[in-house]
Amino acid sequence: MEELGKEKLVGMYKTMVRSRRFEEKVCDLFAQGKCPGFIHSSIGQEAVAVGTCSALRKDDYITATHRGHHELIAKGGHMDKMMAELYGKKTGYNKGKGGSMHLTDVDLGILGMNGIVPAGLPISTGAGLSIKLRETDQVSVSFFGDGGSNRGPFHESLNLASIWKLPVIYVCENNMYAISMPQAFGISSKMSSYGSQNIQDVSARASAYGMPGVTVDGNDVMAVYETVSEAVKRARSGEGPTLVECKTYRWKGHFEGDPMVYRAREELEEWKKKDPITRFRKQLRGFLSEADFERIDKDAKEEVERAVKFAEESPWPEGPEALEDLYTEGGAE
Amino acid sequence: MREITFLKAINEALAEEMRRDKTVYLIGEDIGVFGGCFGVTKGLLEEFGPERVRDTPLVETAIIGTSVGAAMTGMRPVPEIMFTGFLGTCMDEIYNQAAKIKYMTGGKAKVPLTIRTTYGGGMSAAAQHSERNEAWLVHAPGIKVVLPSTPYDAKGLLKASIRDDNPVLFEEHKMLYPVKGEVPEDECAIPLGKADIKREGSDVTVVATGLMVHRALKAAKELKGDGIDTEIIDPRTLSPLDKDTILKSVQKTGRAIVVSEDCKTCGITAEISAIIAEEGFDHLKAPVKRVAAPDVPMPFSPVLEKWCMPDESRILDAVKSIMK
Repeated sequence: MEELGKEKLVGMYKTMVRSRRFEEKVCDLFAQGKCPGFIHSSIGQEAVAVGTCSALRKDDYITATHRGHHELIAKGGHMDKMMAELYGKKTGYNKGKGGSMHLTDVDLGILGMNGIVPAGLPISTGAGLSIKLRETDQVSVSFFGDGGSNRGPFHESLNLASIWKLPVIYVCENNMYAISMPQAFGISSKMSSYGSQNIQDVSARASAYGMPGVTVDGNDVMAVYETVSEAVKRARSGEGPTLVECKTYRWKGHFEGDPMVYRAREELEEWKKKDPITRFRKQLRGFLSEADFERIDKDAKEEVERAVKFAEESPWPEGPEALEDLYTEGGAE
Repeated sequence: MREITFLKAINEALAEEMRRDKTVYLIGEDIGVFGGCFGVTKGLLEEFGPERVRDTPLVETAIIGTSVGAAMTGMRPVPEIMFTGFLGTCMDEIYNQAAKIKYMTGGKAKVPLTIRTTYGGGMSAAAQHSERNEAWLVHAPGIKVVLPSTPYDAKGLLKASIRDDNPVLFEEHKMLYPVKGEVPEDECAIPLGKADIKREGSDVTVVATGLMVHRALKAAKELKGDGIDTEIIDPRTLSPLDKDTILKSVQKTGRAIVVSEDCKTCGITAEISAIIAEEGFDHLKAPVKRVAAPDVPMPFSPVLEKWCMPDESRILDAVKSIMK
């Protein structure tokens, strides 16, 4: 871990804290009625996004899920434009036309969050194909959940990426529930009977596609970083895709307001003890003092407040702007 | 001018666009060694190699889904879906992704891709291989829909579609592949969204696309003998639709017949008739008439299929009745 250097490690920690503070604020704002629509909070899953994106370059691509605010922040997304979009303001990432589930920043390689599970998989696979055809050494990361791994696009994407050796890393953010469906009931396993502890790993599915499949502790940011770094190295050197499963847990409901009748309070409490931020903080004690940690937290809160202020003060779009941005004028020369 | 088939015209458009722009690539099932189910991509593998004439396993979802991702990152994919009946297997990628991404991102992302597919009846391919579902995607803002009727239009419109920065659904009628027509040897891209007057006339306007244009032209020949002068408008692109050319023609003739091989209910004839009624009512000397297929899936038996597809005689009858 030390060989990464203080700057990189502290940067990773800061990003996790920034993501957490952003999401906490968003949940508050949603409760106050400031953010319309749905909010799918990523609290508790920060290590997956930050561990993964810290292994990427700026020109690498990601596709994010519907629960992907943390993935955007980890890839360098701008909090002010994110917040303004969550408000539905004109200055938001998508000019108020996308909202929470469609935040996109192509310039940062963020090919979009997506409201359809798991529609990002074929899109990121296509970015992988594009990389291959353009002969660059970029890579493409596909974030998806345990639920998404049950749908057809998962199968078609992994199969194609494998036969064409595409530079794609499939990062399964396994938070154990597809809305209310526990993965133990939703994912077939030769070992398990319903509800038992013998849950098959999503990563085991990699063997069907002839690619490496690895399961890591998704609340251990360094484990995610190291595993994804290996996969990135493989992808950049033309050896093809990898499936990385990160076991984690969402602290909030599927969406804000979810009564969470499908899981036990004790289970949530157990996972809160495995908080990825607290854990990483302990690992960083050699680098940072308590005062440093406090300052990082304060900075993050201030950044979030600035983003809120920006969103609050931003103008609403005018009604007729709904007619803009449907088609691109022109085309190839 | 030289004459080539509709099929050859499409093949030439693909080859020429691949030569002029190395970001253009083809992806689909059996398009390489096999040359495409109907032979449209024959010879392209030999010239451009397997990277750019990319045969896939059976993965319609991924054919379109990966094309969206590639289009967002600098490429101009031209995916082929063998039959429009298969669009259901990749509809999320077309309808929810390709068509909506530009809009949902506030214009930040663009998705320049051209989906080629075959449609229509006439070869007893039964209901899943004879679909006429262009109205599905005319109903989806964000994707353009092109249905050429002649080799010239096929070549020119396909070239324009590939160069367009938006997603395009390019539908090729299977029965038109062997049809020959004049196509210039030099550059011939045709702008999308412009209708073509296939026959000028003064008594009645017939709006038709694809195979139906040819049937309308035959009917017009016969009607001339009866002293009826038919104008035939081929919109060529249904989305965006060139309303002006249609309305201008109706203003001149005062009568409109809308022909489509698609089912009548909520098909494209419904929309075009509504536009004429809404915006051209004052010019009408008679109610708009529709000639469309009955609301059933395309049947298999040649007898049943023929009965379901609008033909010259049905167009003739409609014209005669509107002229009464």
